Amino acid sequence: MTEANKIDVIQSDGLIVVKDLKKSFGDNEVLKGITTTIKKGEKVVVIGPSGSGKSTFLRCLNCMEDPTSGSIIFHGVDIANPKVDINVHRQKMGMVFQHFNLFNNKTVLENIMLAPIYVGKKARRKKLTDKSVKQIKQEAEEKARELLKRIGLEDKADAYPSSLSGGQKQRVAIVRSLAMNPDVILFDEPTSALDPEMVGEVLDLMKEVADQGMTMVVVTHEMGFAKEVGTRIMFMDEGRFIEEAEPKEFFENPKSDRAKDFLSKVI
Amino acid sequence: MGNFDKKLSTFYDVFINQEAYKEVLTGLKNTMTIAILGLIIGIFIGVIIATIRVLPKYKTLPKVLDGFCSLYVGLFRGTPMVVQLLVFYYVLLPIIGVKMSSVLVATCVFGLNSGAYISEMMRAGILSVDPGQMEGARSVGLSYSSAMMKIVIPQAVKNILPTLGNEFIALVKETSVVSFVGAMDLYVAFNNIGSNSYEFMVPYLAMAIIYIVIVCIITLGIKLMERRLRRSDRSK
Repeated sequence: MTEANKIDVIQSDGLIVVKDLKKSFGDNEVLKGITTTIKKGEKVVVIGPSGSGKSTFLRCLNCMEDPTSGSIIFHGVDIANPKVDINVHRQKMGMVFQHFNLFNNKTVLENIMLAPIYVGKKARRKKLTDKSVKQIKQEAEEKARELLKRIGLEDKADAYPSSLSGGQKQRVAIVRSLAMNPDVILFDEPTSALDPEMVGEVLDLMKEVADQGMTMVVVTHEMGFAKEVGTRIMFMDEGRFIEEAEPKEFFENPKSDRAKDFLSKVI
Repeated sequence: MGNFDKKLSTFYDVFINQEAYKEVLTGLKNTMTIAILGLIIGIFIGVIIATIRVLPKYKTLPKVLDGFCSLYVGLFRGTPMVVQLLVFYYVLLPIIGVKMSSVLVATCVFGLNSGAYISEMMRAGILSVDPGQMEGARSVGLSYSSAMMKIVIPQAVKNILPTLGNEFIALVKETSVVSFVGAMDLYVAFNNIGSNSYEFMVPYLAMAIIYIVIVCIITLGIKLMERRLRRSDRSK
């Protein structure tokens, strides 16, 4: 890691350590100083009323939105620092979007293979591996087919995303991020754009991924999923974490008035 | 129509027996060379300019580059092609002391000119692609430029293919101005036939037909290409 030499490596026990994260869009301060630590294997579920900054928080974690101030330490490096090569870190930090964002000009198989081949070729150019391009492609394809088989969509390998249902698209999007063997996956309202009958298949896959020990940060309105899979609930409002607790405790015995008010509306 | 028959045989005589078809072929070759190479150069310049112009502008460098690009587009869209050709051939090249064939100069000018137009089409094309495509590509670790080249620009090109076809057709037709710098093209070739035989009706008619045929072929080609690129839109 070359940038590690230039930038201080920070030791910590958390996989992602967020310190006083702030984000403004113009005059509008959306995140007003967030501090938290996400440990390996945790399933953090972020909930809160709309406009509370949940998605912005998630999108700041992989610098999809550049934080205005504060630090995000991932693998011992502050990725909020603009000098850091964010692309390297994003490879280990998958993201699943509300609107899937599958590549429309690529087939399902190509969607999954794109990033592994890209990274493989890059490593080859830097002489970090002596695999041939053919080998890289072959391995990527094997892995992609295996992942497709796992979600039962191997017959859709050569189809384009436009021919898939919403649920299928989202499941492909999830395995697309799995193909990079990430250390954490960020889910940004993964079921909000789905037809009700397709929510189940996506949640099932997310549970499966969770059971295999993946660290997850999930922004969702699916309270059932939060209760069942989450190891920690973070309740956000007006750009701050108001309450943080285990699911059972949070849902049965919320402490703050705002959390009580929110829960009374959604449950 | 007896008169027309006579005109036709005069044309035939000049075209075949006096070997004027050789000039026409050269003209056709030049017309197509200038239009095709011009389009390729134009696409190349257009993609670069469009990419620069859609860059996020927090930093100074993209801002400065953007300034240059708008100046370029403004200059080339703000003057007629003939004027650009004349300025390049009779003003710029003598000043810097370079000798170039008129066809080569015309190709460069056509490329630079269509680059300005294509950049605006391409910019619209890039902006028409869902920003989620860029985010999806960045989220798996692709750099901005790789995401642009692999995901966004292919979709943008697909969106603007019909307008790009228009640009190509316009280029083919506009090659008729290269006679201003003494290059042989379809117009000059047929005009020479007319001057040699004092008979302009048939040569000009033939010229018009050739232009229409070329444009029809291009239109067909674009349609086929569009169908190929639309594969990803169709549900199987």
